[in-house]
Parts: sequence; structure tokens; C-alpha cells
Amino acid sequence: MANFPLLKLWNVSKIFPGVIANDNVNMSLNKGEILALLGENGAGKSTLVKMIYGVNQPDTGAIFWNNREVDIHSPNQARAMGIGMVFQHFSVFETLTVQENIELGLDKEFVQQLDDLRQEIIDISKKYDLHVDPDRYVHSLSIGERQRVEILRCLIQNVKLLILDEPTSVLTPHEVSGLFRVLKKLASEGGSVLFISHKLKEVTELCDRAVILRGGVVTGECIPAQETPESIARIMVGSEAILSENYPKTLTEDSIFTAQQLTLAPTNPFGCGLTDVSLTLRKGEILGVAGVAGNGQEDLLEALSGEDTRADKASITFAGQQIGNLNAGARRALGMAYVPADRLGQGAVPEMSLTDNTLLTNTASIIERGFIMGNKLKALAKKIIIDNNVKCHNQNSQAKSLSGGNLQKFIIGREVQQSPTVLICAHPTWGVDIGAASAIHRQLIALRDQGAAILIISEDIDELFVVCDRLTALYEGRLSPIVETQHTNIEEIGKWIAGGFIEHKEPNHA
Amino acid sequence: MLNVQPRIESAKLMAWLSPFIAICLTMLASSLMFILLDVSPLRAFEVFVIMPLSDSYNIGELMVKAAPLMLCATGLAICFRANVWNIGAEGQLLIGAVVSSYFAIQAGENAGVGMMILILTSGVIAGAFWAAIPTALDRFFKTNIILSTIMLNYIGLYTLLWAVHGPLADPQGFGFPESAMFADAILLPLIQEDGRASISIVIAIIVALITGLALFKTLPGFIVRVYGEDKAAARYAGFSSNKVVWGVMLFAGALAGFAGAAEVTGPIGQLIPSVSPGYGYAAIIVAYLGRLNPFGIIISALFMGCLYMGSDLAQIELGLPTAITGLFQGILLFFMLACDFLINYKISFSSKKIPEKPVLASSADSELVSSSESNK
Repeated sequence: MANFPLLKLWNVSKIFPGVIANDNVNMSLNKGEILALLGENGAGKSTLVKMIYGVNQPDTGAIFWNNREVDIHSPNQARAMGIGMVFQHFSVFETLTVQENIELGLDKEFVQQLDDLRQEIIDISKKYDLHVDPDRYVHSLSIGERQRVEILRCLIQNVKLLILDEPTSVLTPHEVSGLFRVLKKLASEGGSVLFISHKLKEVTELCDRAVILRGGVVTGECIPAQETPESIARIMVGSEAILSENYPKTLTEDSIFTAQQLTLAPTNPFGCGLTDVSLTLRKGEILGVAGVAGNGQEDLLEALSGEDTRADKASITFAGQQIGNLNAGARRALGMAYVPADRLGQGAVPEMSLTDNTLLTNTASIIERGFIMGNKLKALAKKIIIDNNVKCHNQNSQAKSLSGGNLQKFIIGREVQQSPTVLICAHPTWGVDIGAASAIHRQLIALRDQGAAILIISEDIDELFVVCDRLTALYEGRLSPIVETQHTNIEEIGKWIAGGFIEHKEPNHA
Repeated sequence: MLNVQPRIESAKLMAWLSPFIAICLTMLASSLMFILLDVSPLRAFEVFVIMPLSDSYNIGELMVKAAPLMLCATGLAICFRANVWNIGAEGQLLIGAVVSSYFAIQAGENAGVGMMILILTSGVIAGAFWAAIPTALDRFFKTNIILSTIMLNYIGLYTLLWAVHGPLADPQGFGFPESAMFADAILLPLIQEDGRASISIVIAIIVALITGLALFKTLPGFIVRVYGEDKAAARYAGFSSNKVVWGVMLFAGALAGFAGAAEVTGPIGQLIPSVSPGYGYAAIIVAYLGRLNPFGIIISALFMGCLYMGSDLAQIELGLPTAITGLFQGILLFFMLACDFLINYKISFSSKKIPEKPVLASSADSELVSSSESNK
């Protein structure tokens, strides 16, 4: 039979200490097909493709390539077989040109076979509409352009299978549609694409077929064109999804926290800093900041939380008090709390127990005359674990032994139980399964209803629309106008995320 | 097949077992060394481990050696806990000795307890000052504390040599590089009849106990531990990095300075060029051997004191060179760090799980293909 699948996984399992990353996964990928590998963060998607790309080897099961069993020992071997992969974090050298970067990634023999690498780059770039100029330096390229360089590096080797690990998470909506055109063209010429994502809409738009992973197990397969994002989500969750849960929106007037014309230089050379960011947070509301990663979210979070105290004293106020010069501890003492972007290593100390990590932000209530009140601390840690349904051995478990989602539940619980007046919350449900995500949402709403002001920074627009009362977007360190959620829609915020608010500053909502 | 796997949780038991495994391995490795030196390993261990504990004089000498080690190691452990790599205890100890000697030689026979406290305090302040220099360089100019503290050890040593040859030399000393003997009135009280052990060992144990309590039961201790484990988390919690770095460095410097002052006003009784046989460096090993835990350091300092005593005795009894001590310390630290690998990783000898082999001949292929086709 000539019509065998290009790639077939047979009962592939991969076990890491304490976690089964993939459990008897079966799937196949045909020639010319765009297959989505769909799942929440931590569902085992990355582990699975790393096995296909030879980074890891399966513990049990087998991989078939062109109907032949193969052991893929290394990415080199995978590339030689015709498998190319674009990782989330690009492996390009900023100080080299596009051509040099591409040349570095190729085998020497392969480069010698080519007559003219430069011409080849130009030809492929033209063929697939990639707009990659071989002579430009990579540091001058946008994130989207760098991604296209990576894709071109794969294409130049005549890949039969291109794997993309969450390629759209760093792209603006415009760049996403460009990427999709490239992938569709590639598929129309017989190339196969394995597209990893947790964004349902993109999958419905692009992919021929979707395989859905949950907890390392394939839970379903579908043809996205025949499904809606909601119905796919149902397969992802295994039960009725709570995606469209509705919370009543509130509007209040009492401002409690403000930032005025906050302008900060980036803290790292490739960041974008903040330009003239002003916002007002009112008691009893949730303000959402949408935006694609790398548009100044980190800078904004650090400035608001007090991790970065470079801001002018007067540029940030809390209940009328100027706090721009106070560090995170001093701001917490005033009644602020903060859920950071990086949960392990920032929100929690990996090597320390959950008890000690409870103390991290509860020093005010647990310390008496300099001494740690051991019993009080233990009781509080237990309470946080039980109230938030944190799965762990006990309160003495090290933070690093928890899964990302459980640790997030712990951190959010720890911050929320302090009943802060202002909560700054980064990516509240990143990597958390949908059940836990809605629990977190309910917690945030409950905190809001107690009168707290909450600022949420998230890349997930859908989430922001579900929980936020007012919305804004961050693009290259600039903040769009703030609008009421009820008076805007995903399209408008989508435009703002791509910087659409900068030309015509007036929001055109009806 | 040998499998190395990261542990999900660090093994607490292994953290305490590791020093003992390291000591055993050190004994094995040094047995080889003794055999090469034509000394029976059993005899050698008798001299190194049993003899130092055999009579009250030897035990006293052991405590003389353990006291400065304990003081320095306690300070260093707090620095290392905070991820501040202070290698400068030696220099801080020497400067403490020099400055306290400056005051000590001026004291007469009828000096009181006040003078003794002044002398010890001057040593403490001098040690802290010597630690403040690299700290300031680090805070203001971001220099590397490891390098600057090591360099200051040499400056401290040459300051000591200059002092004993010049300003602090005994005018009636016939040009020998030593100070005059200090007045008995300002020497530290002894804790035994026939030996040299002074109350500095008692003070060292009390300091270690209090430091241990502070490290695990108080807010400053918690801040130090968080800062050392994870700077981003410390910043997130709002703990000031300046306070931590200054705090641990000055604390370690003060303890090392006190150790220096207690040496010259204790067992030595004058300032000599060989105030310290490398206590400040050995304290690094003591700190690690005691798991950077002040309670553990009490034991490891006594053990290291025993080794120092042992090497003195080995010189007399077996005619072995003093370099043996350095060798011992080096081998011990080497095995110690190697064994610590086991805290975060486990080694299993079990063979890799043999997967059930998928039997998939070409005939079976078509079956699979057709099933995947039917899925489509």
C-alpha cells in the first residue's frame, strides 16, 4: 500500500521522575497534512515532539517514519531524515546576519552541495513569501521575522515534516495570518506540518486534523473545520467546558491605585521598557491588560509591584500615598499583593517547603518580635493548601516538586488570603487546567466583590473578557486607552494588541 | 546499567549522610597515601583520630584549634547560605589579631576586665572592617567578592608580617618577628587546669547555637536563606539585597576578627607571624562539612580540630610532614562536594526498562494504516 502515513507513533510513553509525560500515545501524520497537537500547558505536547525531533527518546513504544521503525537519537539525525523544528525560543545569533545564521545551522556537506546559499535563501523566501533578507542582522529583526528565519532554515533542507512549538504565542495577529499562509503553501506542496498550540481558534482556522492531549494521554481526535472552539475545548477537558462562564461586570468610581506617565528604560537590552503608561485602578474592579509577551509586560509588572523601584516617587500612588520609591515588601505592608509571572523561582523558592514559601509573603502576620511563629505558619500553610485544593504530599513538600498548575493555585491562594486592597496578578491561569482556572477566576471575582482592585496581565484575551470589568492593551511599552469590557470586543482589543491604537487614539466603540 | 536521575525532592537524609560518606572515602583514599609513605594506615588513624582524644591535654589542644574554626565557619556558613562567597575569613582573622594586639601590648599587669573587653571588641571591629572593604567594592562597583576577599587575605597576611617586624615588634625581642608577651591580666580565662583551652571555645559554641536559632527561627535568618536560594523571590518578597549582603559579610568578619583576637589573647599570648595555620581556609571545609548549619558546624569544627591535632601528633609520632593536614582537608572537601551530588540526584543500578517490542512486519503495517485511514 503506497498510502501509508509519513509519521506514526505507536504506544509511545515517556516517564520523567514523578510524572508520566506521555502515556501510550498513538497518532499518525499524513503527507501534506497540517496536524494540530492540542492541549493545555503541561499536557505533554512538548515532550512528545521532542521525541519526534530526537531530543528525548521514548521509554516504551515505537516511532515509524515512512512505514519503517526508527530510533531517533539526536536532532541531527532527525534533520537528516527531513524533520525540522522551530522552537518557542529561537536559536539564532543576534550579532550575525540571516545568511550566517542559516549557514551555521546546516551541515557542511549540505552547504557545499548548494551552489549559492544566498540565492537559495532569496528564492525560498520569495517562493513562500517569507520576506527574509539574507544580509540583515538578526538583532534588527522583529520576533516574527526571526521566526521566519527559523522556518526558512528548515525549508532550505527540504523538510518533509515541520514541527512548530506554539509558534503564534509570540506573534501579533497580523503576523499569525502571514505564518498561516506559509504553512498552507507548504502543505499544498506535500509537506507535513505538526502545529502545537493551545489556542483553539488558530487550530480551527489552520489545521486539517487535531489530536488532543490531556495529562499525557490522547483524549480525542477531530477535524477542526467541523468543530467550534467550544466543542474542541470539550474534548480537551473531557467535560462541559466552563470557558464561556459569565461573571457580572461592575463599574466603580473610587480610584485606589494609579500610575501616571510611567516611562522606564528597559531592564534588559531586548526589552522595550515603558513609555508614558498611565492607568487608574478602582476599588472593586478588575482591569485587564492584554498583549503579546515581550511588549513590556515584565517592565510594567515590576514597576507596579515594586520589584523595580526606578520610577519617580510620585508616578505611582496607592490610596493617595506616593509609593514609586517603595520596594515590594513596603508596598505589601500597605495592602498590596502580587502574583508574579514566574511562579517557580520568583513566586516561590524551588528548594524551600510550601511552609517556608507561605512565609515568603506573609512575614507581617507570622513574625512576632523577629521570631517565626511556627505553629501559626504551619496552620496557615495547611489552610492555603486545603482551601485551594493544592495537590501535594504535605506542607513540607518542596515547591519544585509541585506541578506548575498546583503551584499557581498555591501562590494565588497565598496572595488572595491576605485580602489585599490591590492585587497585581500576572497570567493567573497560565498552564492551569480549565477546572482549576475557573476556580481561580471565581476567587478573583470574590476578591473583587469584597472591594479589592485587581489588575490582571494576561496573553489570553478570552480569559480577560471573562473576568475583567475594564480592558486595555500593552504594545511596545505603550498602553492603549482603557475601555469597559461591555463596550468593546475581541476584534478591537486584537487590533490594539498589534499597536492599532497608536495611529488613531480614539477608541471607536459605539 | 548505571542510571543517574534527578530527585523530585532533595533527600534530607542524604544531606546529613553525605559528610559521613565523605569521611569514609577520605579515610580510604588516605590509606593509600599512608601505604605509599610506608606507614600502616591503622597506626595512622590511631594517631589522627584516637590520640587527640586520649588525654585531657590533647582534648584541650583540640578545643584550642576548634574554637577559631567554629567561629569562622559559623560566619562563613551564613555568607554561603546567602550565596555570598566570602573566602576572606583568614584575612579578617589576621587583621582582628593585629588590631587587638595593638591594644593588648599597651595593657599593664593591673589592667581590668574592661581592657580585655576593649581588646576583644577592637578585634571584632577590625575583622568586620576588613570584611566591609570587599562588600563595599561589591555593592558600589560590582567586583567579585571571591576575588577581592582572597586578595585581602594576602594584604591581611602582609599587614601582620609588617606589624610584627615593625610597629608591634617587641623592643626587647632581639629583632625576632614577634610582639612582647601580653600581660596576664588581659589573657582570656582558661577552662582547664593543665592546658591552653580558653573560654573562646565556650563563646564559639554559644555563638553557633544562637546563630543556628536565628537562621531557622527568625525573620533575618529566613531572609538570608531566601536570598541565597533565589534572588528573584527575595526581590519579589521585598527583601533588600543590600541589607543581606552587608549583614552577612559584617557578621562573618566580626566573628573571624573575634577569633583572631581570641587567638592572640588566648593560647598564643602574643602576636606572632603564624597566628593562624590557615584557620580561615579550613573553616570553609568546616562550614560545608557542617552542612552550612551552625549546629552541624559545632561538630565539624571539633572534628577538624581533631585532624589538626592529629597532624601535629603525626609529625611527632610518625615523622610525617605537616602538609598531610592540607592533603586531608583537600581530599575531604573533594569527596564532600562529590557526595552532595547525591542530595539532588539518585543513582540506581537497575537496568533500563525493556519496552515490549512492537512487532510490526510489513503485513501488519497495512492494517495499522487502514485503521488510521478509517479514523480520517
